[in-house]
Amino acid sequence: MNVFQFLRSHKQFTLFLALALLVVGVAIFAPVLAPMDPLEAHMSDSLHAPDSRYLCGADKLGRDVLSRVIYGTRTSLTMTLCLVAVIFVAGTMLGVLAGYFGGIVDGVIMRVADMMISFPGLVLAIAIAGLLGPNMVNAVIAISAVSWTKYARLARSMVLKIKGNLYIEAAVVTGTRTLDILTRYVVPNLITTMVVTAATDIGTMMLEIAGLSFLCFGAQAPTPEWGLMLNEGRTYLAKSPWLMVYPGIAIVIVVVVFNLLGDSIRDILDPGQEA
Amino acid sequence: MNKKPMGSRLAQILIVLFGISFFTFGLTYLSPGDPAEIMLTECGNVPTPELLAQTRAELGLDKPFLVQYGRWLKGALTGDMGQSYSFKIPVVEKLAKCFWPTLELAAASLVIMLVVSVPLGVLSAVYQNKWIDYAVRGLTFLGVSIPSFWVGLILLRVFGVNLRWVSVSGGSTDWRSLILPALTLAASMSAKYTRQVRTAVLGELRQDYVTGARMRGLRERQILWFHVLPNAMLPLVTLLGLSLGSLLGGTAVVEIIYNWPGLGSMAVKAISCRDYPLVQGYVLWVALLYMGINLLVDLSYKRLDPRLKEGL
Repeated sequence: MNVFQFLRSHKQFTLFLALALLVVGVAIFAPVLAPMDPLEAHMSDSLHAPDSRYLCGADKLGRDVLSRVIYGTRTSLTMTLCLVAVIFVAGTMLGVLAGYFGGIVDGVIMRVADMMISFPGLVLAIAIAGLLGPNMVNAVIAISAVSWTKYARLARSMVLKIKGNLYIEAAVVTGTRTLDILTRYVVPNLITTMVVTAATDIGTMMLEIAGLSFLCFGAQAPTPEWGLMLNEGRTYLAKSPWLMVYPGIAIVIVVVVFNLLGDSIRDILDPGQEA
Repeated sequence: MNKKPMGSRLAQILIVLFGISFFTFGLTYLSPGDPAEIMLTECGNVPTPELLAQTRAELGLDKPFLVQYGRWLKGALTGDMGQSYSFKIPVVEKLAKCFWPTLELAAASLVIMLVVSVPLGVLSAVYQNKWIDYAVRGLTFLGVSIPSFWVGLILLRVFGVNLRWVSVSGGSTDWRSLILPALTLAASMSAKYTRQVRTAVLGELRQDYVTGARMRGLRERQILWFHVLPNAMLPLVTLLGLSLGSLLGGTAVVEIIYNWPGLGSMAVKAISCRDYPLVQGYVLWVALLYMGINLLVDLSYKRLDPRLKEGL
């Protein structure tokens, strides 16, 4: 089946994919789309209300809010996609190792996972991000450290099922290298479920990253980042509501788009699984 | 569902507490910044090297890592978690002081959440694929996509600035200032729980006993409230326990927005000022609470579902 036929037969997916690509497009072409430099301050326009020049108003330093929101797409998307990639790869790998080799490998990996689960995730993430020093990389590390367990558990339970199949036995008997068994026979059989999980997680992860930035444990000023912008806008809640309205709308739109896309990916790849 | 005997559950809790405390201690040890220097510069003057060395010795910061950890662990076992650097009072006292507001907020938001999500979830399951179901599903979808800090800011703007019903600056813990933070917390939780209630009720409605009850001529309302709902609520008890556990850790975001003097905002302040003893104590306390509540939930589960008591 070629791509066009696929897209035509999954209209819902196609629509949400187009919207998601639009968001990615905004991130890539931010310099073209943004009317002003997101970092350039115009002190005379401090807290300028929205008008024809500043469509979404200006912040305390007179920076254009619209441009900052557009550039914020870059920051948020990059951080979120890095985060999802890290937990997807690390979690799946650790889960596969634990499930396939069992014994002490399994014991160590799963006990660490148990420890992470027996604890409220965000608390630990805040502690890690704060203590490592607040910046974007550490925020990604912090949330990864508490989120990989879900993927590891899922991958492990699937490997345990796959391991019982005859084709794995056959591969072992015929002397296939372990690495080949894992990459050719085990991983392809669980990758669909893992991708579905990752796709439905993008929205949630974006909210968590924005939450850390909101608490000043993620992106640091003057980076245009939505969570951070909301925190900056908090001070001027009464005087300049536009500072908190537009970044918030941006977060909601992007999270809704990615949640819809994730759900439709799940419907296509794994119709039985509904959250 | 954990079927291990009580003794090994308790042992597991101890191991996790030990692991968590070692991990956070390691983090504070490795993290950049010298607490002695931070403590002294907070007073406004530049510390001399002699004073720095003296403070370090007083705090035991010049000792090797394991010795420091051992000292802290020994104190923690006897209920002494040291002195908070920034608040200048014992860590235990500070934790106790911040715990009540957090408990209040957690309880209020859980009540609101249940009042909203149980009826909505049941309605949406009973009228599956009717307009009411679509409306509820749409609402829950929005609910999980809106960040709680944005909800908080908007509520604060509308009720604090426009209507002037509550004070924007916060800081007090009377019931008037409790409403908005509790609503904010409940908003995002309600969305998740409504989905769970809907799925659980749908699952129960497919069971044979429902068909049986209908054949016996019971009214739909009776079946729903006295047969389906109690069964559907069982899996929710576990979830409620988990939520309560994480709520009691303090919800940093909401507490910061409303300036609510609970554990969450305390933790953020402690981390920002690198108040290591307080961070340590906080993490340990939250871990203990979370696991204790999970244990209680598992025990109550056995009571609520007699099938589990008979063992397999």
